[in-house]
Amino acid sequence: MTTEEQKMTLHHDLKVLETESLDSGFHWLRLNPPSWSWQPGQFLMLRPREWSSDPFLPRPLSIADLDGEALSLFWHVVGKGTRKMTHLRSGDRVRVWGPLGRGFYFEPHMPVLLLAGGMGLAPFIGLIRHHPHPENLELIFGHREDLSSYPLAELSKRILTWSLQDRTPKDLAKLEKAMKVKIQGYSGDGRVLACGPRPFLSMVSRLSRENGARTQVCMETPMACGHGVCLGCSVPGAGGRTYQACVDGPVFSAEELALDQE
Amino acid sequence: MEQTVALGGLTLKNPVLTASGTFGYGTEASAFGDVRFLGGIVVKGLSLEARPGNPGGRIAETPCGMLNSIGLENIGAGRFVREFLPRLPWQETPVVANIYAGDYDEFAELAAYLADQEGIAGLEVNISCPNVRAGGARFGQDPDMAAKACAAVREKAGDKPVILKLSPNVTDVTEIARAVEDAGADAVSLINTLSGMAVDIRTRRPVLGSVIGGLSGPAIKPVALQAVYRVCREVNIPVVGLGGITSAEDALEFILVGARAVQVGSASFADPQLPFSLVSRLEELCEELGIESWEEFRGRIETE
Ligand SMILES: Cc1cc2nc3c(=O)[nH]c(=O)nc-3n(C[C@H](O)[C@H](O)[C@H](O)COP(=O)(O)OP(=O)(O)OC[C@H]3O[C@@H](n4cnc5c(N)ncnc54)[C@H](O)[C@@H]3O)c2cc1C
Ligand SMILES: Cc1cc2nc3c(=O)[nH]c(=O)nc-3n(C[C@H](O)[C@H](O)[C@H](O)COP(=O)(O)O)c2cc1C
Ligand code: FES
Repeated sequence: MTTEEQKMTLHHDLKVLETESLDSGFHWLRLNPPSWSWQPGQFLMLRPREWSSDPFLPRPLSIADLDGEALSLFWHVVGKGTRKMTHLRSGDRVRVWGPLGRGFYFEPHMPVLLLAGGMGLAPFIGLIRHHPHPENLELIFGHREDLSSYPLAELSKRILTWSLQDRTPKDLAKLEKAMKVKIQGYSGDGRVLACGPRPFLSMVSRLSRENGARTQVCMETPMACGHGVCLGCSVPGAGGRTYQACVDGPVFSAEELALDQE
Repeated sequence: MEQTVALGGLTLKNPVLTASGTFGYGTEASAFGDVRFLGGIVVKGLSLEARPGNPGGRIAETPCGMLNSIGLENIGAGRFVREFLPRLPWQETPVVANIYAGDYDEFAELAAYLADQEGIAGLEVNISCPNVRAGGARFGQDPDMAAKACAAVREKAGDKPVILKLSPNVTDVTEIARAVEDAGADAVSLINTLSGMAVDIRTRRPVLGSVIGGLSGPAIKPVALQAVYRVCREVNIPVVGLGGITSAEDALEFILVGARAVQVGSASFADPQLPFSLVSRLEELCEELGIESWEEFRGRIETE
């Protein structure tokens, strides 16, 4: 692709094809698909046309799925922007720019353990749907809300999944134990890919280090620009380095960061 | 209409620049537009040595704007000159280095180093940073300290123009503007961010790791316009206006109250193509409004 073509494909004004609202604040948005080549873990910045000055900033969202039919986004309402996004209706136009950042690295033949905490499931949806050898994938899913909010029934038809509710400290201990056992199993030729809240990723990083697993984590820090110009998304790296989550990540190898010291 | 403007020794092909800290080191946004079409770019604030910046939350959205506490993180002037400057089209678009330092000697050393680089067209001095020698008081909040910082840079900047970037967090911004004009500034730019804060009543914690940060975006435009208007009436050097510009209309408002050029800041987070689209939109808007030259329009606000 030439630089000229990249310019043409980065920034888009896309039409909303369909919206879907699930229980407890979970939503799907399906947009007219841009012709991007993308990797799971990459994200986009989204800003609906009618936001004028408020909300001011665009919002970063994982590419949950992208194929010839639609660009799909899956999100949970946590504040003003994600709430306002629920007002979108089919036919509306949104600006998006992407695919941004560095996604997960894996090869189809590798055994891969996916670890998702809550909304951390989003980048794995397309990965699971399109993986040529789903038998090489396994997912542990820690969640707070009811399972019906997530597309887990669909994903379980393709790959082996383990869902654990994570509401109380006791639940958390159980989740940690389950992850530890699985991470040990993938510490040889396997890869571990994780996405979820910061404490979840810290736990995964520690378990990976203790068990010698090769792990990648997706860092969802708040972002203003998404393309490296504001320095708002810094994450502390190992050895005193600082990384920018939007361009150096959002996916990092666990050793690059110092998450297990948090 | 002819868009060219002269800015303290620089010739800009149009009055649109990017604001420091919102356009990285100049190369990152290349997917959104061609820097050669801009009037100029101002890069992220540089210091002599690289700095890690602030830990913890660095950005928070606020009504019609945002707070940031980046903490002046940067790769250091040397690395910018070696790694980024050669990749920028400085022969075609002026590259202005925004600089900050902890004392006057450091300002002088930094100015001497950067002014010596062929690719750097001018220096913009961020005086909102703390003076470590003067117990952390901010250069930009005291006319004497601002003037001394200006003089230190001016003396070492050779034939490169020096623009002083003024902070709005002062009792009277015109006093600082006059002080730096007397100290030899070739131009002033304003405004930098306003001090601000956001808190979370559930966690009982500040949203920013550094507690207090800088407010930018459309929310601050009236404050910025007022400051530019007042400074334009007090000084004879060119004024660069910024603060909350999101459209060509906003840019013209700053020019109407007297600004020679404008900078696009945090609005380019909401629309990364904005600095580029603003250039052509500004030209169209001048046609629409029948503006025949900048001289005929600039500063011609009628208050009687
Ligand atoms: C690379 C990346 C991919 C993401 N992918 C998804 C996704 O696929 N689905 C999804 O639902 N969310 C995703 N997020 C998180 C999403 O961007 C935030 O939830 C959203 O920006 C919050 O906006 P708001 O206006 O609703 O909340 P705000 O009013 O801005 O904040 C409300 C609360 O959410 C917290 N918050 C703000 N930004 C983030 C963030 N980036 N991550 C976690 N918490 C945050 C704030 O600290 C605050 O407590 C992703 C974030 C990143 C950086
Ligand atoms: C994330 C961010 C980083 C900034 N960094 C700098 C900086 O390094 N030096 C400086 O002089 N101003 C810096 N500024 C201030 C802007 O250049 C500008 O003065 C201010 O944001 C107001 O303009 P705006 O409302 O258009 O953003 C920064 C602003 C933001 C939002
Ligand atoms: S979000 Fe702006 S630099 Fe990463």
